[in-house]
Amino acid sequence: MSGPSTYQPQNGFLKWFESRLPLGGLIHSSFIVFPNPRNLNYWWTFGGILAFMLVAQILTGVVLVMHYTPHTSLAFTSVEGIMRDVNYGWLLRYLHANGASMFFIAVYIHIFRGLYYGSYKAPREVLWILGMIIFLLMMATGFMGYVLPWGQMSFWGATVITNLFSAIPIVGETIVTWLWGGFAVDNPTLNRFFSLHYLLPFMIAGVVVLHIWALHVPGSNNPTGVSVKSSQDTLPFHPYFTVKDALGLVVFLIVFMWFVFYLPNFMGHADNYIPADPLVTPAHIVPEWYFLPFYAILRSVPDKLGGVIAMFGAIAVLFVVPWLDTSKVRSANFRPLYRQFFWILVLVSIGLGYLGSRPAEGGYVIASRILTIYYFAHFLVILPLLGLFEKPKPLPASITESVLGKGAANVTAGAPAAPQTK
Amino acid sequence: MMKTLSEKIARFGLAFALSVASATLVAAPASAAEEGAQATPHYPLVKPPQEPWSFAGVFGRFDTAQLQRGYQVYKEVCAACHSMDLMSFRNLAQPGGPHFTEAQAKTVAESFQVQDGPNDEGDMFERPARLSDRFPAPFPNHQAAAAANNGKAPPDLSLMAKARAVERGFPWFVLDIFTQYQEGGPDYIHGLLTGYKEPPAGTEVGPGLHYNVGFASGSAIAMAPPLSDGQVTYSDGSPETVDQYSRDVSAFLMWTAEPHLDARKRIGFQVILFLIVFAGLLYFAKKKIWARVAH
Repeated sequence: MSGPSTYQPQNGFLKWFESRLPLGGLIHSSFIVFPNPRNLNYWWTFGGILAFMLVAQILTGVVLVMHYTPHTSLAFTSVEGIMRDVNYGWLLRYLHANGASMFFIAVYIHIFRGLYYGSYKAPREVLWILGMIIFLLMMATGFMGYVLPWGQMSFWGATVITNLFSAIPIVGETIVTWLWGGFAVDNPTLNRFFSLHYLLPFMIAGVVVLHIWALHVPGSNNPTGVSVKSSQDTLPFHPYFTVKDALGLVVFLIVFMWFVFYLPNFMGHADNYIPADPLVTPAHIVPEWYFLPFYAILRSVPDKLGGVIAMFGAIAVLFVVPWLDTSKVRSANFRPLYRQFFWILVLVSIGLGYLGSRPAEGGYVIASRILTIYYFAHFLVILPLLGLFEKPKPLPASITESVLGKGAANVTAGAPAAPQTK
Repeated sequence: MMKTLSEKIARFGLAFALSVASATLVAAPASAAEEGAQATPHYPLVKPPQEPWSFAGVFGRFDTAQLQRGYQVYKEVCAACHSMDLMSFRNLAQPGGPHFTEAQAKTVAESFQVQDGPNDEGDMFERPARLSDRFPAPFPNHQAAAAANNGKAPPDLSLMAKARAVERGFPWFVLDIFTQYQEGGPDYIHGLLTGYKEPPAGTEVGPGLHYNVGFASGSAIAMAPPLSDGQVTYSDGSPETVDQYSRDVSAFLMWTAEPHLDARKRIGFQVILFLIVFAGLLYFAKKKIWARVAH
């Protein structure tokens, strides 16, 4: 994406085309010869997996729309029509519904990988923030998509979540009416959610382009967190990382297909197979599993507005992680204390997810309060202080040294050839 | 000096974090215990037992004979009150279902009268049902169904086997991923249909309600016990008991909720087998390519 391309088209047409639009050169330098740190592990394959999932969701979604009717009186039956009468409609719908869950599994692994290896630190702050914007757009898309089948959980989930905005002082009620397009969740709400559910994935695709661009300027972080110092530290993207990413993707697909074909309703709610009924409230209104940690934080605050602020704050705090972490060392492999706190954060997040699925009563509320406080303390107290007090382990002199051991690493330190300046 | 201080602070932080985690672990089960002590019990009173369904697991398929018996129970018993809006007579003849022949399905359809119209004179008229017609509903509308049933309309049965679930709880919901347990719906229906018991002494059952240990929303259900031994005459010699009827109709309802289950499991096996072979090939390709460099 920078510097003159080494791409040499052989074919006459490609030469003609390249001199007019250097698309081949862009692909060549970004995905063929692009230098990646040679020590990337399988946690780094989730970037490619996420790109695949986005494309898969858009493709299945576009075909589903051909058979779906966004109207309160027809949405539920049109989805069942897809399940019963459209050729392989059941497959398309289960791919799309489970695909959303797998997309979130992959993105959570991707985010925690970034937190573990310090991938958000300079010079990758913008890359991290773009990723967080993608995460927010994904949440909005996932939420609106779950409303479209117009089952009981669709309807009541939409009611609960849109009602959160009524907590805003003075203008809250007006905003909620504006969001609904009326005085209750009804056909106008379904129509606008459908429109936005179709729009947002393309916005995600746009931000993904920026995300990859921002990645290709400094290049990938790596398990040591040590910057690339010479061309010895890297390997070309193709074939080394195309084959590694492909293997990671196919193993991920096995898990994905396990759910699609054998547990297609495991991650959904039985209540969503009951058509939406504004007069009957389900016993427990629960959002999709991937919102549960945030739902637990929302309910842990006794005040409605406070809960909404805490929930959005839990995401907002992730945006400023690059500046909350004061440590100079990126990778948790060399940060003995941070590594332990990282795993505690993982457990706390899973714990919050579990508590979000429980009814808001008794010990569950107390537990979610404790975990919510800890979640914020991790980012606002522990992370800034650790950088000041923690004594990191000695870092390897280079990526090559960490891979091959000290003897083989006869890297010429005087001639750094960072990938971005090749 | 500075080093020991920083270590102390960090250790304190870690200890704090661990104590928070353990406090949470203690608090959550404590709340569950608290609930147990309260007056409101958990419903259903008896968790539905897991039945050995023919359609469970990787190689699960519907049992054609069982679906035919289940359809008979549905038609002779359930259909008196419950609608089945999403099913058409043509579905009875489609692959992966009760596998009636097209002629049989046609005969079944023609035994029902449905309203059609308006005709050229502008009148509605009755005609025998065709394969393309939906299963006729027992009541003309929701209000009529409610009026005839103590004020609560019997729910549509098309998706019943996917629309009901009894919470599995930890650790079962994790183990279910590996055991592929997706039969909570039919287990629940079977538990409900066989869950009518004499209420224990001292239990008050409201007027128009029936004590049922398998009901998910209370201890008594508005639906009267629909099945009794010998009520439906099977032609294939299967036992004519409530347990058997309930098992057959639960399987039938799983089919109406998921008519392409057979195809799903068949294709799924092929897809996963292909992916495993593909992953194996990629593994060796990766190994060969990376053998060129030290890593």
